[in-house]
Amino acid sequence: MHSELSLIEQMRSGKLWDIPGGIHPPERKSLSNTSPIDIAPLSPIYYVPIKQHIGNEGDLIVSVGDRVLAGQPLTNPKEGLSLPVHAPTSGLIKDIILHVSAHPSGKPETTVVLESDGENIAIANQPIPDWQNKPNSELIAHLKSMGIAGLGGAGFPTYIKANPTKNVELLIINAVECEPYITADDVLMRHYAQEIIQGIEVLQHMVKPELVVIAIEDNKPEAISAIEKVIVDHKHIEVRVVPTKYPSGGEKQLIQILTGLEVPNQSIPADIGIVMQNIGTCFAIKKAVIDGEALIERVVTITGESISRPQNLWVKLGAPISDLLTHCGLVPEQDQRLIMGGPMMGFNIMDIMMPVVKSTNCILAPSEYLLPSRGVEQACIRCSLCADACPVNLLPQQLLWFSKAKDHDKLEEYNLADCIECGVCSYVCPSQIPLVQYYRTSKVEIKQAKEDKIKSDKAKERFEARQERLERDKQARLQRHKESAEKRKKALEKDNSAKDKIAAALARAKAKKNELAGTTAEVENKTSEANIPEVKTTDTQDRVAAAIARAKAKKQQAALNSDETKPDKTRTDDTKPKDIKAKGTEVVEEKVQTTEPVSAEQAKKDKVAAAIARAKAKKLKEAVEPAVSNVEEKEQTSDPVSAEQVKKDKVAAAIARAKAKKLKETNETEPKTDNTSSESIVPPVSEQMSTDSKTPEQIKKDKVAAAIARAKAKKQKDQGEQK
Amino acid sequence: MYTLLIALGALVALTIIFGAVLGFASVKFKVEADPLVEQIDNLLPQTQCGQCGYPGCKPYAEAIANGDDINKCPPGGEATIKQLADLMGVDAKPLDSAHGEEDVKKVAFIREDECIGCTKCIQACPVDAIMGASKVMHTVIIDECTGCDLCVEPCPVDCIDMVPLNDTNWKWDTLAIPVKNVN
Repeated sequence: MHSELSLIEQMRSGKLWDIPGGIHPPERKSLSNTSPIDIAPLSPIYYVPIKQHIGNEGDLIVSVGDRVLAGQPLTNPKEGLSLPVHAPTSGLIKDIILHVSAHPSGKPETTVVLESDGENIAIANQPIPDWQNKPNSELIAHLKSMGIAGLGGAGFPTYIKANPTKNVELLIINAVECEPYITADDVLMRHYAQEIIQGIEVLQHMVKPELVVIAIEDNKPEAISAIEKVIVDHKHIEVRVVPTKYPSGGEKQLIQILTGLEVPNQSIPADIGIVMQNIGTCFAIKKAVIDGEALIERVVTITGESISRPQNLWVKLGAPISDLLTHCGLVPEQDQRLIMGGPMMGFNIMDIMMPVVKSTNCILAPSEYLLPSRGVEQACIRCSLCADACPVNLLPQQLLWFSKAKDHDKLEEYNLADCIECGVCSYVCPSQIPLVQYYRTSKVEIKQAKEDKIKSDKAKERFEARQERLERDKQARLQRHKESAEKRKKALEKDNSAKDKIAAALARAKAKKNELAGTTAEVENKTSEANIPEVKTTDTQDRVAAAIARAKAKKQQAALNSDETKPDKTRTDDTKPKDIKAKGTEVVEEKVQTTEPVSAEQAKKDKVAAAIARAKAKKLKEAVEPAVSNVEEKEQTSDPVSAEQVKKDKVAAAIARAKAKKLKETNETEPKTDNTSSESIVPPVSEQMSTDSKTPEQIKKDKVAAAIARAKAKKQKDQGEQK
Repeated sequence: MYTLLIALGALVALTIIFGAVLGFASVKFKVEADPLVEQIDNLLPQTQCGQCGYPGCKPYAEAIANGDDINKCPPGGEATIKQLADLMGVDAKPLDSAHGEEDVKKVAFIREDECIGCTKCIQACPVDAIMGASKVMHTVIIDECTGCDLCVEPCPVDCIDMVPLNDTNWKWDTLAIPVKNVN
C-alpha cells in the first residue's frame, strides 16, 4: 500500500495507519494538567540510586562525608552502556547504603544518601554554546556525562540513540502519553514548547534525519497548539496528531501508526531508519547542551483521587515519594494503593521511601472506587477479548495456557518475546485474569532456563573434561607402576645380595619378635620395609601393648605434671587425641583401669613406648589421611612458643573439628562404643564449639572435642609461660 | 532370449546406478542422529551430584536408557521428570524422595579462615570448581559450582557451607507484594 512512496513522502502525505486492538480506558488527565508545573520543595534527604537506567551503573567517585553541589557527578560511567548520576542538590553525603529501589521488586540497590543543606548551590554549568559547530562525538560525550537517559519509561541511555550506526530518515518525538492519569509530557509541552524545540534542534544536528515528526494524541489540544506555534518556521519539523488509543505510545506501535511499517521481530527502529525520542528527553537534551545542566530533575505527575492537590512537579531525582505525597496532600483511604507509573503498566509502591528516578513519570494514588484493585481470578472462558485487544496480534489466551504449563518452547513459538506488556489483555479480561503477570513471569522463567542451560552445558563439559583427565592420570600411574616394578625386578635379578638382605631382615624380625613381644620390635618392623606382612600380623598385639604403655605414660605425666620437660610433654600431648581417634574408647577404659603407682624408671620406659606408639599411629594415619597429618605437622611447627596464641587456638579448633567428625564416624560404625568413658578423661565443658550440630549426641561429641582442643592449647600456653 | 538379456542388463545397470547414488547420499548427507543417552543427558541438570545413585549425570542417563526410573533426580525436580517422561514415552512420576527433595539452588562456600588446605574438597568436586593447593586456602568458583554437595562430606574441618544462590532474575510476583499503608 505504500511501496511506491518513500518513507518520507508517505510521512509528508499526512496519512495515518492504525494498530490492531487497543483500548480506550477513562483518561482522567484533567485532574493534573490544568496547573503549571510547580517546583517541589527541597527534601531534607535524597536517595540517589547509582543505577537509574538500562545498562551498567558507574563507579562511585564520592565517599561518605563528602560535600557535594547540585549537578556534581556521583559516579563515573564505565565503558559500554553506562551513565553517571548527579547530586540533585547541594549537601552532605551522609551514607552509601542499600536502599529500596524504584523497581516493582523494591530490591535494594546501592544508593547515595544525600542530606540537603537547604542552599541548593549548583556547580558551574557547562554549556556548549556553539553546538552547531561541534562534532557529534563531542556532543555524545557531553550527553553521556550529563547522564541523559530516556525519560519515557525504559530509561535507555540517550547518547546511544543519538548516535545511530545507520542512516536515519525519520526522527519521531513521542509525545503521545497514552496512559491514563499521566500528564507530565502534556504540561511540559504547554509551558516549555520553545525549550523542547531547541532540544529537537540539537537532536536534528546529531542524528540528521530528513524529517522530524512530533506525535501528540488528540486529547491534548493545548499542547498541540503550543508546539505548532513554535514550529512555524521549522521546515523539517511536523506535528502529527494521532487518535487517542492505548497503547499507541509504545515505540513500535507509534511507528506503525505513523508509517504503517512494523518493526521486525527482534529488531530496533533504527534498523528501518527510524529513531524515537521522548519529548521529555528533548527537554533534558536542551538543558544539557544549551544550558549545561545535568539531568537532576524531571517532571513528575502526582495524581489520583486520593491526592488533594494533584499536579505536576519539578522533582529532583532521588526525592523520596513520601515528601511528594505530603506536599500534594495525600488523603489516604483504607488500604490506599500507591502506584509508580500509570495504572496500566505501573507497579505497586511497596515502600514510600522509594526514590524518584529518571524513568519515574507518575505517582498515582487512585481511589478504590475508580480504579478497583484486581478481583479474584476466574477461569478463562475463551471469549477472545484479549486476542482482539492485543496491539501486537498475539494470542493471549493460548499464551496463558502455555505459561501456566511452563511450556517454554510453545511460548516462544507463539512469540511471547514480542509482548510489550502493555496490560491491555488483563484490562479487558472478564475473568479478571492478570494475564500480563503470567507473561512477565514466563519471560523471566525463559531467561532463567536459558541461563541454566548454558550453565549445565558448561558443567557437563567440565565434568567430562575432568573424567578424561582422571582416566589419563590413572593410565599414566599404572604405566609408571608397571615400569618401576619391572625395574625392580631387573635389579633384583642382577643383584643376589638383595635377596639375602631381605631374608636376613625377615629372620631378624622374627627373632626379635619371639624374643620380646613388647614394643621395641616395632621399630625394626617399620624400618624394614620388605616386611610388611609381618607387621600386619603383629599389628593388633602391638597396638594393645602400645596403648597400655601410653595409658601408663599419661597417668604418670598427670602425676608429675609440672616436672615434665617441654618436648616430652608435647609428645604425650600428641598421643592423647590420637588414642581416641585410632582406638576409640577401648583404650580409654584401659586408662581408667590402670591405677597402680608407677616408678620413675617405669615412666621413662613408658615414655619410650609412647613415642614409638605415636610414631606408629602417625604412620598409620599418614597412610589413611594425609590431611590431618598436615595439621599435625602444622601444630608441631607452631610448638615453639610464639606470641600468636590465636593462631594456635585456631589450629587446635580445626583439629578438634576434624576429630569430632572422625569420632562421629567411628561411633556411627561401631554402635557399641561408649561415649561416657571418653568423657571421663576430659572435663565436660559448657562452651559449645560448633553451632551447626544437629543432634544432642553430636553436640556432646563436639563439646568433648572442643574440650580436648582447649586443654591442649592451654597446656601449650602454660608450657610457654613456664619456659 | 536376447530381449531377456537386455532387460536383465538394464535392470542390473539401474541397480548399480541407484545403489551407487544411495550409497553416496547415505555417506554425504548423513544426519547425525542424537543417541538416546545423549538426549537424556541433555535434559539432566548436570549438577553431577550423584543423588540418583550414579556417579554423575551421564551414567544416570545411561541407566535411564536401560530402563531405570526417571524420578531420581532431585536437582532437576518435577520439570526434568516431565521432560524425561515426554522423551521416554512413559508417565511422569513424582520425585522419589529416597533420593532427596527438590531444593532451592545452592552453591558451596568455603569459610576461608577455617580451611586447612587439605585438598579433599578439590578431589571431590566433579566439575573442578574449587581452587586451591595443599596447605593453602581453597575457594569455590561460584559460577562453576553446580551445588552438588559432594565437597561438604569430605571436609575434615566442616568449613564448607551450602548457601542459597541469589537469583539475579527477579520473578514478577507483583500481585503478592502487599501495599504498604500510608498515613
